[in-house]
Amino acid sequence: MSGLLILIPCAIGLGALALLAFFWALRSGQYDDLEGDGQRVLLNDEPLENIDRGQGRGGN
Amino acid sequence: MTTLTAPAGAAPVELDPFIAYAADGTGEICFAVPDAYCAACIQAIEGELTNVAGVRSARVNLSQRRVLIRYDQSADVSGFAGHITRSGYRNFPVDATVDPQHDAALTELVRALAVSGFAAGNIMLFSVSVWAGADEATRALFHWLSALLALPAIVYAGRPFFRSAWSALRVGRTNMDVPISIGVTLTTALSLFETVTGGEHAYFDASTMLLFFLLAGRTLDHMMRKQARSAVDNLARLSPRGAYQLLDDGTVAFVRLADIVPGMRFALKAGERVPVDATVVDGNGQIDMAMVNGESIPLAASPGTSLPAGAINLLGSLEIVAARPARDSFLARMQAYVEAAEDTRTRYRRIADRAAQLYAPVVHLTAAITFLGWLVMGAGWHAALLNAVAVLIITCPCALALAVPIVHVVAAGRLFANGVVMREGSALERMGAVRVAAFDKTGTLTLGTPRLVRQEPDDPALLAVAARLGAQSNHPLSRAIAAAAEAEGHLNVDPIAVTEVPGKGVSAQIGNADWKLGSAAFCNAEDKDGDSASHVWLARDGQPVAQFFFRDAPRSDASAAVAGMARLGVPVHVLSGDRGAAVADVANAVGATNWLAGLTPEQKQAAIADLRRDHGAVLMVGDGINDAPALRAADVSIAPASAADIGRAAADFILTNDKLTGVPFVVSVARRADRLVRENLGFAVAYNAVVLPLAILGYVTPLVAAIAMSSSSVIVVLNALRLRLGAGPSEFAASRR
Repeated sequence: MSGLLILIPCAIGLGALALLAFFWALRSGQYDDLEGDGQRVLLNDEPLENIDRGQGRGGN
Repeated sequence: MTTLTAPAGAAPVELDPFIAYAADGTGEICFAVPDAYCAACIQAIEGELTNVAGVRSARVNLSQRRVLIRYDQSADVSGFAGHITRSGYRNFPVDATVDPQHDAALTELVRALAVSGFAAGNIMLFSVSVWAGADEATRALFHWLSALLALPAIVYAGRPFFRSAWSALRVGRTNMDVPISIGVTLTTALSLFETVTGGEHAYFDASTMLLFFLLAGRTLDHMMRKQARSAVDNLARLSPRGAYQLLDDGTVAFVRLADIVPGMRFALKAGERVPVDATVVDGNGQIDMAMVNGESIPLAASPGTSLPAGAINLLGSLEIVAARPARDSFLARMQAYVEAAEDTRTRYRRIADRAAQLYAPVVHLTAAITFLGWLVMGAGWHAALLNAVAVLIITCPCALALAVPIVHVVAAGRLFANGVVMREGSALERMGAVRVAAFDKTGTLTLGTPRLVRQEPDDPALLAVAARLGAQSNHPLSRAIAAAAEAEGHLNVDPIAVTEVPGKGVSAQIGNADWKLGSAAFCNAEDKDGDSASHVWLARDGQPVAQFFFRDAPRSDASAAVAGMARLGVPVHVLSGDRGAAVADVANAVGATNWLAGLTPEQKQAAIADLRRDHGAVLMVGDGINDAPALRAADVSIAPASAADIGRAAADFILTNDKLTGVPFVVSVARRADRLVRENLGFAVAYNAVVLPLAILGYVTPLVAAIAMSSSSVIVVLNALRLRLGAGPSEFAASRR
């Protein structure tokens, strides 16, 4: 019985945490553009020319 | 898009309806970019826009194919469209109201779904231990904890159902949400009573799970409709929002459509639409009337010609004077017909609503009889109530409430992937009942652009000369000659100096000869038949030497689409406003059963009514402004993406990829969906027939209820998913037997 007193708050607390995390994600617009976010992974953080210069590669 | 220079920061009046202003003075405008699809597209558009002065941020939403621009005072709003065009993408401003951030209903549904899912999951944790045989003290503790989780969750997640049920009951009607709300409320109340009195059975898991399943169905349904709405909004708006008025001092100013009064003078450039019914006062042009009356050959406009709103000026600059205000113009009159024709739609009652109408009284009556029955048999009111509530839970409208929308959602997804946007679920039900189809000709069965079909005499050298002249002109018939010559390899691309006489033809000096391409009068020829619009002459030194004949060519997939309809047992009729000969040609070429020509919009509407009387439910496929009343009068309608705004607004389905083979595909999907809906409803009824006696006799424990409810929902969903199988539109049209 005493085990339950610890385990139940843990289980519900973790569930509630997940629920809050989902609400936060929803509010901060993470579900607004699922397709776009998938594609954005492929974008460079900085323009291609800068990267090339940094690595010392000439124009290829 | 035409833009005038505007002072920086201030938005030109034509963009005004699209702009939202924030409190800090920044503005927000949304542009549709229908062709963006990849990471490189995002980079091109955002990269171009963020470099524009005054732009705070630009973010492409790829799911919606839109870009949202935030800008401050120093930005030139009217220049945004040009910048996006420069990055290589078609664009036009759209209302931001379908933006996810502005969709409060979806946010509410998703939150309610999350809350009910959380509660259902955790309560199930306790319920499983209770079912496994927890001792009395633990059971009581778990019931209390379940109640603690369930009550707030049900109050929060149940709001969409309670609200809808209440608004139906208040006006003395009933819908699916009424039995749902009664079931959930009673179940929760009874479980609470059981918890307080230390009873054996609590159904908190059943009521939260019920809400979770129903919310999942409803959220999917909402997302489907939102996807359809944003896809339709992303089609370029064709009808003008206003026009450029010519002021007396020689400048131009943008006037909103509603502010146009008769007598105002306007400039109508090539490619623009006539804003209101007007008369030409200066200039010559070629007017495309295909959207207005189905006439496939352009009309030559000169001073004195009256133009209906919605026609397009193809060539030349015109000065026009407004003859009627927008509210009395051709477009507004068609809109009035559309609104008057609403009743076929409103009279249709959805299958789910009809089922709910039967379902609610039967279930509630059974529950009442169960309660009274047990009471009469001396079981005591507590046991009687327990069994009555078990009846309500086990007949839970879960499977029934999911049976229809889940099929519609799957069908909409299937259609969307194949270039067909479905507006709403009831359209699919109406489509399933279609017995006869009516097609418009110009722009629907045909491309709306003429094609060279015959030449007299058949001399390639003359065609080459005609094409050289024609290539320099924008007239549709000239372009058709050039296209025909190019296809045969006769097109000489060396530019020559041509003189174009709008409404007559083109002339040029090639070598020693003086060539003319144009109307009979222009070439000194004489027309034998009255069909003067569909051919042109070629003259050399004032002597006619060749004649070219044109026809509005059917789309390449028109025959396949008509044949597809025939295989489904749906005869195709052609209803057109064009001349009889042209309509007969196309009707024969595509294999239509029957045709009617020279119809006014009112006559098209009447023809639809005749077809309905003779055959049954009518499907109308059309694109023009003149088709809009017929599109609305038919039981169900389809418009290609190229259709006029009013036609698209009136239609239930939009072919976004402009492929006509989508039409038989929609019909076949609708029929299969109809069958699945009936199977699902049949299953829900059969399921109830089996478990109801158990519930009445009092054998339903919370465990049985939970298993029965979730398994029936899963079966209904799996059955609906079968719609994803089967042939797509191209295979569907091509193969067969």
